[in-house]
Amino acid sequence: MTVEAASLKAVPATRPQRKRSERSKAASIALHAALVIASLIAVFPVFWVLVTSFKPDARAVETTPTLFNESSVDNYVRILSGDKGDFLAWFGNSVLIALMTTVIAVFLSATTGYAASRFRFPGKRSLMLSFLVVQMFPFAVLIVPLYNILLALGLQGTSFGLVLVYCTTAVPFCTYMLKGYFDTIPTDIDEAGRVDGLSPFGVFWRLVMPLARPGLAVTAFYAFLTAWGEVAFASAFLSAADESKTLAVGLQVFVQQNRTEWGHLAAASILVAVPAIAVFYLVQRFLVTGLSSGAVKG
Amino acid sequence: MAEVAYVKASRIFSGNPPVRAVDELSLDVSDGEFLVLVGPSGSGKSTALRMLAGLEDVDEGAIKIGGKDVTNVPPKGRDIAMVFQSYALYPHMTVAENMGFALKLRGVNKAEIKEKVAEAAKMLDLTKYLERKPKALSGGQRQRVAMGRAIVREPSVFLMDEPLSNLDAKLRVETRANIAALQQRLGTTTIYVTHDQVEAMTMGHRVAVLKDGLLQQCDTPRALYDKPANAFVAGFMGSPAMNLKTVPLTSEGAKLDGIVVPLERHAMDTASAEGLNEVTFGIRPESLALVGSQHHGMEMTVELVEELGADALVHGAVRIGASSERFVVRVDGRTPPTLGQTVKVAVRDATEIHLFHPESGFRLTN
Ligand SMILES: Nc1ncnc2c1ncn2[C@@H]1O[C@H](COP(=O)(O)OP(=O)(O)OP(=O)(O)O)[C@@H](O)[C@H]1O
Ligand SMILES: [Mg+2]
Repeated sequence: MTVEAASLKAVPATRPQRKRSERSKAASIALHAALVIASLIAVFPVFWVLVTSFKPDARAVETTPTLFNESSVDNYVRILSGDKGDFLAWFGNSVLIALMTTVIAVFLSATTGYAASRFRFPGKRSLMLSFLVVQMFPFAVLIVPLYNILLALGLQGTSFGLVLVYCTTAVPFCTYMLKGYFDTIPTDIDEAGRVDGLSPFGVFWRLVMPLARPGLAVTAFYAFLTAWGEVAFASAFLSAADESKTLAVGLQVFVQQNRTEWGHLAAASILVAVPAIAVFYLVQRFLVTGLSSGAVKG
Repeated sequence: MAEVAYVKASRIFSGNPPVRAVDELSLDVSDGEFLVLVGPSGSGKSTALRMLAGLEDVDEGAIKIGGKDVTNVPPKGRDIAMVFQSYALYPHMTVAENMGFALKLRGVNKAEIKEKVAEAAKMLDLTKYLERKPKALSGGQRQRVAMGRAIVREPSVFLMDEPLSNLDAKLRVETRANIAALQQRLGTTTIYVTHDQVEAMTMGHRVAVLKDGLLQQCDTPRALYDKPANAFVAGFMGSPAMNLKTVPLTSEGAKLDGIVVPLERHAMDTASAEGLNEVTFGIRPESLALVGSQHHGMEMTVELVEELGADALVHGAVRIGASSERFVVRVDGRTPPTLGQTVKVAVRDATEIHLFHPESGFRLTN
């Protein structure tokens, strides 16, 4: 301590130096202006959807747009009351399918990712490679083969069948992400756990999973979104009955061949966005860095 | 508490060529003993320790703990506790949870865990930090938590892999003494890995020296220092290292610059039986002394003087045959010679000379 104090005093204050963190005023203004503009560009479309959602369909698209024009919550009321198709049922279907996808995909990709990160087994390289390769097929190409497989499994038209289909896209990507995350957790921790009396699965469940929370959160969010907003698979694999549709499929009722119900569509979009935002809010609490710091000397 | 035995245990890593990281290691550690495994980097110390912990496969031979063959028993069934070089604390648990985790897994009731953790924390001076997470601790405190985690379990064997290598010099000396005292008090069989020969000498009841996976010698620190079994051990143990030079052999003894150092009978006999005309001559820096110019001795040109306070180390060049060899002499710290000066160096006592086979390195002296 004394040494530090002395050395501090010994440094002569020759000229007032600007701290590195300080910016000149002009630079500061320019920077903030740029940030504000970028934010506006990002936020405006969402904002406009919100504004539109309160307007009647006839006022939604105007030559001179206004913020309020006969605005009311009518659109919301009509959608939620089921006037425009069984919105609540679609909502329930979507939530169920998205949550099931999230749970199954996270569990499968966490176990796979852990195995790929910690164990050496034959075919590991080709497994990871195939995970990468399947990402490259366009959805459209997959619909027919997947349809046949679901048919053979007797799952065609069921929610669970669709969940499995979503897992085929979510699991490979999530596995990659989680493997990368597990790689950052020191293997010494696994070994300490084994010596302390954990089984290999115990190590995974009680040490690695808690430490991988940020990675799991991102993965869960990704898996949720994969299922939440998807249209092509959902319209192909779910039965055509109105009450078994998901939201993304159901929203199409507002877009008809010669007429688009902008107001209703906007209101429905806002309602669709709410759960996604809620999931993100839940998940972002885990997005803290440095969970595994302190394990090793540092 | 238990005795530990390696029975011709080997660990072979596949590769081209395969690496015999530990090669037919046979070692018996008795109950309550503090055994230090020492050797240069890559000599297989960690691998040997991990084999005992069950973290590394045993490809050949067997490992026994408490007389029971545990070669194929997973780590959790071996009743061992390990302190890792990196400490490997659980970052998401508090210090108290870290220390009590093994007991919790064993189903010990909460009150008892709390009591044992508190006791160990007191012993290690960690009571203040029990509710903290590891990331809010200093390196030395983390080291103690790692120790505490091992102690709380009351295992039959402690394994430690260079637990002090991340600490600064002062803390290391302090902790070294603490660990030795703690082991003495608990009386738990301990295997301690280090590459630091000072730690090995000061802590162990016995020291096992490894090189390239092969056990070189296992003996008490004193015996290792006084009677190294081969040139490698001789050069490895002791700081500064022993002067080891290959010198020509005559019928009277070993020929160094100008002088012929008489050798003991037994060594001469062995050497001549082997038909050697050269030997590896070893002498520790403290077994050499500076003498006045009227005495017999080697002429040495001083190249470097390291003052250590109590004594000084004089490095200098001595001509042996056609080449110039470097010798280190430990001298009184108050009157060291100056740089460039030529001094006379003599062997203090002929019994302190070590002779080794020039090729195989085996000890020739008794
Ligand atoms: N997983 C592995 N695959 C192949 N070779 C390995 C593996 N682990 C260790 N080795 C080799 O085995 C030898 C012994 O390694 P080990 O870690 O036991 O050395 P060490 O004595 O602990 O060294 P240090 O003092 O540097 O920690 C080394 O040559 C190393 O390269
Ligand atoms: Mg090591």
